[in-house]
Amino acid sequence: MPAWLTIEEYRTLTAVCERLIPADQTPGAAEAGVPDYIDGLLGAFSFDPPRIWAGGSFSGRHGGLPGFARFHRLTALDELAWRTRIEGSLGRPEREFNGVVVGLQERYREGLAALGPDFCHCGPDEQDLRLRSLAPFTQLVYDHSCEGMYGAPEYGGNRDAVAWSGIGFAGDVEPRGWTDHEVSEA
Amino acid sequence: MDRPRGIGGVTVDAIIVGSGPGGSTVADILTAAGWSVVIFEKGRNHLIDLEHPYRLADDFSNDEIKFINRHFLGPDPFLEPRTFRTGPEDGDHSFVGDVNSIPSTVGGGGTHADGKVPRFREEDFGLLSTYGPQPGASVADWPLTYADLEPFYADVERRIGVTGDAAANPLAAWRSGPYPMPPGPSMYGAVLSTAAAETLGYHPYPAPGATNSVPYDGRPPCNNCGFCAFFGCPIHAKGDPVAMLQRALMTGNAEIRPETFVSRIRTDGHRATGVDFIGPDGVERSMDGRYVVVAGGAVETPRLLLLSGFDHPLIGRHLMVHFQTIAAGGFADLRFHAERGRAVTHLHDDALVPDDPSRKAAAQAGLPWMRGGIVEHGGTGLPILEAKLYRWGPTHKENMRRSPLRDRLWAFTMQGEDLPVATNRIDLDPTVRDVRGFPVARYTYKPHRHELAASAHHGPRMAAILEAMGAEWTSVVTSPGSVEGPGGRASVDAPMSRHVMGTVRMGEDPATSVADSIGRLHQLPNVVIADSSVFVTSSGYGPTLTLAALAARFATAMVS
Ligand SMILES: Cc1cc2nc3c(=O)[nH]c(=O)nc-3n(C[C@H](O)[C@H](O)[C@H](O)COP(=O)(O)OP(=O)(O)OC[C@H]3O[C@@H](n4cnc5c(N)ncnc54)[C@H](O)[C@@H]3O)c2cc1C
Ligand code: SF4
Repeated sequence: MPAWLTIEEYRTLTAVCERLIPADQTPGAAEAGVPDYIDGLLGAFSFDPPRIWAGGSFSGRHGGLPGFARFHRLTALDELAWRTRIEGSLGRPEREFNGVVVGLQERYREGLAALGPDFCHCGPDEQDLRLRSLAPFTQLVYDHSCEGMYGAPEYGGNRDAVAWSGIGFAGDVEPRGWTDHEVSEA
Repeated sequence: MDRPRGIGGVTVDAIIVGSGPGGSTVADILTAAGWSVVIFEKGRNHLIDLEHPYRLADDFSNDEIKFINRHFLGPDPFLEPRTFRTGPEDGDHSFVGDVNSIPSTVGGGGTHADGKVPRFREEDFGLLSTYGPQPGASVADWPLTYADLEPFYADVERRIGVTGDAAANPLAAWRSGPYPMPPGPSMYGAVLSTAAAETLGYHPYPAPGATNSVPYDGRPPCNNCGFCAFFGCPIHAKGDPVAMLQRALMTGNAEIRPETFVSRIRTDGHRATGVDFIGPDGVERSMDGRYVVVAGGAVETPRLLLLSGFDHPLIGRHLMVHFQTIAAGGFADLRFHAERGRAVTHLHDDALVPDDPSRKAAAQAGLPWMRGGIVEHGGTGLPILEAKLYRWGPTHKENMRRSPLRDRLWAFTMQGEDLPVATNRIDLDPTVRDVRGFPVARYTYKPHRHELAASAHHGPRMAAILEAMGAEWTSVVTSPGSVEGPGGRASVDAPMSRHVMGTVRMGEDPATSVADSIGRLHQLPNVVIADSSVFVTSSGYGPTLTLAALAARFATAMVS
């Protein structure tokens, strides 16, 4: 079950992400879990602590105690900022000190609806046409898809670090780091 | 409003606003002399266990989402925006949001800088007497010389723990002793780019670094994790300003109050008496201090002085931000793996020293003289940043695998000297507020002709080094990006360099400067400015070591 999107929306989003970063010889955005990254951001506040900042110091992938999965607690101000960014200002004065803020939830809900209920079933050319006609929304999803794809797996995307291995990137490397030789030689 | 005063009625010796490299240096020196100090920091603490300061926090990580995309170290541009405009012709502002902000967190920008900390050269303190004036700029000498500052440079290099090779840079100023640590390993790309630079007559050298190359001060050597610039160090191998803050806390004479914003410096008309502050509970309180040290950085410091109602006409003026020129080259046959190692391991300073070609270029541009800045040899190792540069669709993954804009890219970044211009300034935005209801800082900035000419001259020279290295293609861009041209005014972005200076200029004469040669406001001598706000000119070197050396000089003057 998605954390915030409806099943329908999740399905459309999956098709969008896969069109933006399609599979070839290695997995694309859908298989890498990018829709879960985005849904995890939109639904960050259904977790405690909210899934905004993964913990430190190490993931455990290169030694050390794994800490990434313990998300940081937010202060009242952090929560105000992230709730406003995600939910929008919703007419609440404490969120509108510099004006109205349209939240990510609203942008996704409207953007996914505008792509049409049949988006999943369209051919790639039709999908591209619709994505191009909604350029600002597509850009937003693409930016988030890049984060989900190539960010730490603890945020829901890049499942099993599949996107990192696909590009030969080691990801987080502490506490192993790199030897002087690995730094200075080809 | 309820305003309890002081900690348990006690007046502290010094209130320090800001826990970055400037404020931390002051705290280290004052607490060692037995002064009681309270450091106010508006950002969160992710650095030190404040109860047990021998323990450092485990909040930092190799996590691009957290540090780059989600403002982990602050300031959050929603809670604390800044505004930008090039001049009154843009109206109140043309942009609201993140204007080249530096982290707002315990440790300030020191926590996430990659810590290249070179000293200035001798003539940087006497630009007017060395090179003469520039029309349209307020070029002036500093009220102190390199020789005055040298002992403090040496002192802060030891406090922070700086690596370097004293013999490696023939263009460096003289030094009284060696660096505390030898240089760390050279990045592979820098091995190639320094060799190419040398064949063209430049003088590259290992960047002096605030990152341990050997165990130092109880902290481990850097292990080259690569998530360095813009990230906190997970193993605390960066000394700046962890070392100073930790030492200050261990004396028992210092207290850090995170998530606490200083909103006003209180005065009795002749002297400061303390500050008003708002803590995590949102309540405004005040505290008395014998001294108020302001080290909020060159944007927040003038903002606080203006919020306090101080009225010297030069507060906020002469804002300087290094003019960046970036030459990038693509290499079909090389992979640089720039994610291994610190962000930048080598520099060259040649553009800071006028030579015949640069003198000729200056003359052609109608300028009496011109200087560039340090040139950083670097690559990029961040895949999210890279991915966003490529087009979406079927070509995306092939691009990521071939990696023309990350793994096959090498670049030089020149941090060009920015001349002090009185109309470039920080003031209070007339309409935009921070989350606590206070007016935010507004940049009014456009580069002087000098920066544009120096960039136009040095950009192609950097590209030529990349070509000598074997680049298939090169490209030169600047920040700010587009500027006034013959076709009219194009949009100018806010400058990207995080080297921000000026705004509380120091000098001997209260008519032409705001602070004196030991950082005290001419109008309120127990207010000391301990950051790059006091810089008279910007040089073309990263400001951090110089601002820490000044902070050490000012703090030493306070206790003696
Ligand atoms: C990615 C990156 C790389 C960099 N690399 C280099 C480099 O290689 N070399 C170099 O020389 N410089 C570098 N810099 C710049 C360097 O970070 C700054 O020069 C340095 O941090 C400035 O130190 P400071 O103490 O003056 O101010 P800051 O580090 O900005 O610290 C000021 C602190 O004061 C706090 N504060 C401000 N106002 C208030 C208030 N009213 N109340 C309470 N707290 C307040 C802020 O939250 C902040 O934490 C880099 C910066 C970045 C972002
Ligand atoms: S490269 Fe070195 S100093 Fe930089 S964050 Fe990694 S371990 Fe720390």
